[in-house]
Amino acid sequence: MDPMVSHYEAIELQMVPHPYKIHRVIKETHDTFTLELKSNTSNGKFAFRAGQFNMLYIFGVGEVPISISGDPNKMETLVHTTRAVGTVTKKMAKLKKGDVIGVRGPYGTNWPVKAAIGNDVVIIAGGIGLAPLRPAIYQIISQRKHYGKIILLYGTRTPADILFRHELEKLKSRLDVDIYVTVDRATREWNGNVGVVTTLIPRAPFDPINTTAMICGPEIMMRYTIGELVKRGVSHENIFVSMERNMKCGIGFCGHCQYGTEFICKDGPVFSYAQIKDLFGKREL
Amino acid sequence: MDSLERILQEHPFVKNLSPEHIQLIVGCAKNVVFEPGQFLFKEDEEASEFYILRSGKVALEIYTPEYGPITIQTVGEGEVLGWSWLVPPYEWRFDGRAVELTRAIALDGKCLRGKCEQDPKLGYELMKRLASVFEGRLYAMRLQLLDIYNSKAPKQTK
Ligand SMILES: Cc1cc2nc3c(=O)[nH]c(=O)nc-3n(C[C@H](O)[C@H](O)[C@H](O)COP(=O)(O)OP(=O)(O)OC[C@H]3O[C@@H](n4cnc5c(N)ncnc54)[C@H](O)[C@@H]3O)c2cc1C
Ligand code: FES
Repeated sequence: MDPMVSHYEAIELQMVPHPYKIHRVIKETHDTFTLELKSNTSNGKFAFRAGQFNMLYIFGVGEVPISISGDPNKMETLVHTTRAVGTVTKKMAKLKKGDVIGVRGPYGTNWPVKAAIGNDVVIIAGGIGLAPLRPAIYQIISQRKHYGKIILLYGTRTPADILFRHELEKLKSRLDVDIYVTVDRATREWNGNVGVVTTLIPRAPFDPINTTAMICGPEIMMRYTIGELVKRGVSHENIFVSMERNMKCGIGFCGHCQYGTEFICKDGPVFSYAQIKDLFGKREL
Repeated sequence: MDSLERILQEHPFVKNLSPEHIQLIVGCAKNVVFEPGQFLFKEDEEASEFYILRSGKVALEIYTPEYGPITIQTVGEGEVLGWSWLVPPYEWRFDGRAVELTRAIALDGKCLRGKCEQDPKLGYELMKRLASVFEGRLYAMRLQLLDIYNSKAPKQTK
């Protein structure tokens, strides 16, 4: 067979979404929801690495990249947590149990869960950014003894916007994980921290020399967070971020997600800061 | 006196200040404790004190007729609170309410201003440290103003 033909066929195959049935819908906050999906066709197992994403296709509407937010050890259910912001995600928010969506993936790079073994781990999330980090949290907690301190710093808009609240409370009740949540504004019912997530970094109890940091949130939040971590002495090589750009193919073919010399869909979305520091925060990219 | 001096020396705001300057500050200092819910100060009251927080958490609140008190920031262990003692008319601009049991060293503002006038070296050193606190708060406040987690905020992806 002509090798070019088979090459294009292979790409075409990767572009075909597989039907998945919505098994459960969880309303997380006023604008964020979780879909638990089960495959219609395959053996029902979906293997992925923490930090990877899928392209989710709403028939007749469009396709969007969404990170997998479930537990990598529980492969029977595919979990995504999405915030309804625009055309596709708002339509997705209206789907119900039993509806079918198209899934292709998993794509992209993963959080350095294995490389972080032996280190303190600082996970810093902003808003919906907690969802792409949740698989890493599950994985790290399931192998708790292999890590030093585990610290989660989470910032969001108001107490009503706290994602996975019940799970965070459960995690907090463990004595071997430190969780600090902060919100941008609150009324008196909230007794927790108020202020941006970067203000939690100076006093968080980790050893900067032996720390792996994983950050996900709006780009500006990640920029200031990196600044604080570097100030504390965490090396660029040990800081990891998950980047976002609009995507089309998701497999490094169309160039839509180009970020300097990198393609976010295949070289990312998870990058070490050392890898992208010359691009990070540049306005024209 | 002795223990106040030791506590002050260990606090990040005072750390590495010369022993003579710490002694000058101790002359204006007293230990204070606030129960949860107790106010450290209220808006428009005379700002007579500067707090060096040892433990606990304090909410800075602004009262709004529509929503009642809104917390704009919390500060806690290792931080300092208040600069209204430094600038006329020496009045608090918001309420400070202890959210948890809070232990602090309160420095008398008038006394501290007097020491700074007498010893400009101490004054300059304190100003430098306060400027760094202001800068950090301003920086954080700007991020807060951007409302970056709002779904109606300007698009972040391209
Ligand atoms: C690798 C990767 C992983 C992602 N993982 C997740 C995830 O786990 N959960 C999730 O909710 N989203 C995630 N996103 C973002 C998600 O893909 C976008 O929110 C989605 O594509 C928006 O599509 P839409 O058609 O709903 O909005 P559009 O119609 O394309 O946009 C409409 C408006 O929505 C707003 N908007 C669009 N995108 C964003 C955004 N990212 N943040 C804030 N406002 C936005 C803008 O105001 C925009 O003008 C990820 C993106 C990438 C690249
Ligand atoms: S989305 Fe097509 S190259 Fe990345």
